[in-house]
Amino acid sequence: MLLHQFLDDSARRLPGKVALVCRDERYTYEDIDARANVLAHALRQRGVQRGDRVVLFLDNSLEMVVGVFAALRVGAVFVPVNPLTKRDKLAYLLGDMRASAMVTQASLAPVWDGALALNATVHTCFVTTGDRPLLSASGISRKLVPYPDNSGLSPAGISNATIDQDLAALIYTSGSTGDAKGVMLTHLNMVSAAESVSSYLGLRESDVVACVLPLAFDYGLYQVLMAFKVGATIVLEDSFAFPQKVMQTVAQERVTVFPGVPTIFAIVMGMKNLDALDLSALRMITNTAAALPEDHIARLRARFPQATLFSMYGLTECKRVTFLPPEQLDIRPTSVGRGMPNEEVWLVDEAGRRLPNGSTGELVIRGSHVMRGYWEKPAETAQRLRPGPIPGEMVLYSGDIFRTDAEGWLYFVARKDDIIKSRGEKVSPREVESAICSLEGVSMAAVIGVPDELLGEAVKAFVVLEDGFSLRERDVIRHCLGRLESFMAPKHVEFVTELPVTDTGKIRKASLRRRDTTTTTSSEG
Amino acid sequence: MQQQEIVTAVRAFLRENFLVDDEAGLGEDTSFMQTHTLDSTGFVELIGFVEETFGLEVRDEEMLPENFDSLANIAHYVARKHEPATAR
Repeated sequence: MLLHQFLDDSARRLPGKVALVCRDERYTYEDIDARANVLAHALRQRGVQRGDRVVLFLDNSLEMVVGVFAALRVGAVFVPVNPLTKRDKLAYLLGDMRASAMVTQASLAPVWDGALALNATVHTCFVTTGDRPLLSASGISRKLVPYPDNSGLSPAGISNATIDQDLAALIYTSGSTGDAKGVMLTHLNMVSAAESVSSYLGLRESDVVACVLPLAFDYGLYQVLMAFKVGATIVLEDSFAFPQKVMQTVAQERVTVFPGVPTIFAIVMGMKNLDALDLSALRMITNTAAALPEDHIARLRARFPQATLFSMYGLTECKRVTFLPPEQLDIRPTSVGRGMPNEEVWLVDEAGRRLPNGSTGELVIRGSHVMRGYWEKPAETAQRLRPGPIPGEMVLYSGDIFRTDAEGWLYFVARKDDIIKSRGEKVSPREVESAICSLEGVSMAAVIGVPDELLGEAVKAFVVLEDGFSLRERDVIRHCLGRLESFMAPKHVEFVTELPVTDTGKIRKASLRRRDTTTTTSSEG
Repeated sequence: MQQQEIVTAVRAFLRENFLVDDEAGLGEDTSFMQTHTLDSTGFVELIGFVEETFGLEVRDEEMLPENFDSLANIAHYVARKHEPATAR
């Protein structure tokens, strides 16, 4: 089974069914199928070949969905990139993956124009033009091609030699050290994950799934993949910036499945006029990326008594790991559950020995969904993928510490690295620190996560200024907004005269965290 | 308050706090969402600014793109909220 067969099969079986609702437009499976063929032919005409990387730098949109399947149909590897990405990071990503082609939108030109000027590998950039002409300020015009017009065409399918061992996607993820890494996922990896997840959720053809999560985030992307797999309808929203509008759409479209992260659910529960909306069709709510606080679980269930709530845990390197069957919520509300179908998980101690129930250790994952490694990063790959029980097999060391209860249910304890989780997104402290240090007048910076009611963790920066410079908190934040995805920009900036360092000159984050807690407590007291 | 004064105040707030693409400029009808000038957290800050600066309360059901997703939309919204009840 290949990933794009999800669309092939549903288009054959349910051609006239609405597959996608996006920006007040409705698209059937037949329609998406035809559009994916048009773009696939255009990619092939421009010389995109099997294994080439095709970047999808787009808002949640029809073109984003079509782009996934078009790339796969020519045997290429699709790489979704968050549209919040700024120029230098995009240039890094394009270079790192040695991208061949990109599909993007005119409104992001201020970002991609500069990034393409710094890049030598991308030969074709399809741009959904909107009402702007295709002009580049940096002399890359010959690479720019208007996004192919559909104009009623329904070209024949396209053949390719892809097998399920081939890469389907690279999904970039932040690490606590080093640059962003491309998680290599094969067709087998992604089909396996989609099968396991959709089976435990009980996703069905009659479902209408709301997706407010970016498709560059695997949790968002899989909503589309799984909906297409079962022939359901996906209602795609740009973001959750206007909760009122999103929830009106959820009501109007009779949405049955609402996947979210804790920040989104906190906003939903804070909405005062939710009772005015008819949300009775909602039968399932799913949460992952960060744990829902226990009282939020209780409030969500009270607000949506007809809906089942799934608490889940996963990481990009294998998509999903665990889920808590809804009937277990009353028994062990803070557990993230157990392994999903067609997967084995266990805990190990520091020496890699398998631990019995009732222990605490690192979670290890075995299954067809485990990535093939990080793109061209063998050292980082070797830390995560290690030999498994069968010769030649690799298993995934999650880097996350869990404990199990006597029956083997898992509870998240901590991360082994110092990655921050804000709004459910991973924030690399190092990436934020280097952005801050590029600001004139900054001598040193250290970034930690601090507890935040809405965001889970908020990014906090401690900044040491060079002599004679004076900056305000907002100067630092604004500077970061120009270089980082907005969720990575600090929420708090504290100017300090020095940072606590170890004998080897490393900044002691733990002592910053301790100090920060003290400050918060004293100011509240 | 004139609509133009509202636009000026909001534009100054955005310039001060967010990264506005000054070359392209922030047209009165430019969508903050489409140009990625603001994300969801940014809109929360913007709405806070509007409430504080113009002395009004934004109700949940008013937090919509048609009221907040451009300078012109905000100006219309604020002006409408400031109209005396009798004039509505």
